[in-house]
Amino acid sequence: MQRFTCPFCGPRDETEFHFAAEAAKVRPEPAPEVTDAAWADHLYGTDAPKGHAREVWVHLTCGEFFVMTRNTVTRDVADTEALPGRRA
Amino acid sequence: MMRYSGFTLFRQGLSGHRGWQPAWDKATPKPAYDAVIVGGGGHGLATAYYLAKVHGLRRVAVLEKGWIGGGNTGRNTTVIRSNYFYPESVALYDFALRLYEGLSKELNYNIMLSQRGMLIAAHTPMQMEICTRIANAMQLNGVDGTLMSGAEARERLPLLNQTADARFACLGGVWQGRAGVARHDAVAWGYARAASALGVDIIENCTVTGLDIRGGRIAGVETTLGPIRNDRLGIAAAGATPGLAALAGVRLPIHTYALQAFVSEPVKPMLDTVLLYLGTGTYLSQSDKGELVFGGGLDRVPTHGQRGNLPSQETITSGLLEMFPAFGQLKLLRQWAGVVDVVPDSSPVIGPVGPEGLFINCGWGTGGFKAIPAGGWLLAHLLATGTHHEISRPFDLDRFARGRLIDEAAGSGIAH
Repeated sequence: MQRFTCPFCGPRDETEFHFAAEAAKVRPEPAPEVTDAAWADHLYGTDAPKGHAREVWVHLTCGEFFVMTRNTVTRDVADTEALPGRRA
Repeated sequence: MMRYSGFTLFRQGLSGHRGWQPAWDKATPKPAYDAVIVGGGGHGLATAYYLAKVHGLRRVAVLEKGWIGGGNTGRNTTVIRSNYFYPESVALYDFALRLYEGLSKELNYNIMLSQRGMLIAAHTPMQMEICTRIANAMQLNGVDGTLMSGAEARERLPLLNQTADARFACLGGVWQGRAGVARHDAVAWGYARAASALGVDIIENCTVTGLDIRGGRIAGVETTLGPIRNDRLGIAAAGATPGLAALAGVRLPIHTYALQAFVSEPVKPMLDTVLLYLGTGTYLSQSDKGELVFGGGLDRVPTHGQRGNLPSQETITSGLLEMFPAFGQLKLLRQWAGVVDVVPDSSPVIGPVGPEGLFINCGWGTGGFKAIPAGGWLLAHLLATGTHHEISRPFDLDRFARGRLIDEAAGSGIAH
């Protein structure tokens, strides 16, 4: 069992967490000028990086979303931090 | 190519089995090919075979970074079925099943296809309604799906937990009689042998490091064994697909997850079907050697590492023991994981992407093995003609921009 650290609650079992999305996705603007292909890429496109990754996860128990930096091959977690504007 | 038959076996037996030849040639890259396929698993090898066999292309190469069949083709639970919900999916997976049914004869290689039937079992009245819906959909799509009663299921599966307080008492489910299992390595080896006999170069230990793109067209690939010129490139590399597509500047709707499976010590014959329980998410079959081969849903953590994690192991094995308490006596022989490419609507992506001449066959998620002949056939069609086969058209990447998703997770309740 791996332990992840919620910035708000501290280290907990991995079963309390769920992957949400890759971090730093920017909504394309202005909306009326966004093509179908660009919108589909925003909604569904992923990099699925091998190795270093920055991802948004949710701690299911407290409901907070946060950023996790980890290695997708070794599963080592380097850092977790609150989303911008949220105080841990 | 040496033809396999009872007579060949007899003749080789007389000479002490010293005359067997390698099943396929170990090739080194030539400077140029008509078409190159990245990924020497089932899908890639089948693509090469159908390119040569059906479309007459002779200068074809398959590039594999490890050894052929060493990725997900060798890391699955060998189940073959076409019990899906949407007409597009049934057309795809039943095409694969029909090709599988004639494959041993076509390839002159025994893939040990065993159509022992598969039950998707329900343990609540609501799940029985879901099963009825799937059976109806299968019949409307012209596939052999029927509803099986609880009594019939318990007769077929006498070791199922049938006690009064069983948490997952079996009420019956959807039955597909043509479903079954095949020898997974034999599928890769059979396609490799038949493709090699038609002149296809199968190149192992060759990693693609870059793509040569000129004027918006594929011109070649850079590999660890040097550059290769080609104007048609097919990618069939499962979990490695996002990284390869990124070389062409293409982003795909794919998350990669580990999917793990398990094999127990061998026991005497006690299970002559494939069983999937909707309630536990665990599925199993008994191999011809007697081992119980079982698996379940995806690991919860996206990863590229080919190993499983403990919470999923607990879920899958506890599901097995809920269904068959007697299996608590069994020892686990081994456990493994493959990296699978999961798409939001749980259907594959087949079609052209990015620069002209580039085609992908990916996104099979947890179910690529059963689709190998169809995936190969359709990617070969794309590479040879540049246009979609009618079966692959709905699975083009453009379905995400058009909103025409084929959501099999919702349709047939598959694991991802």
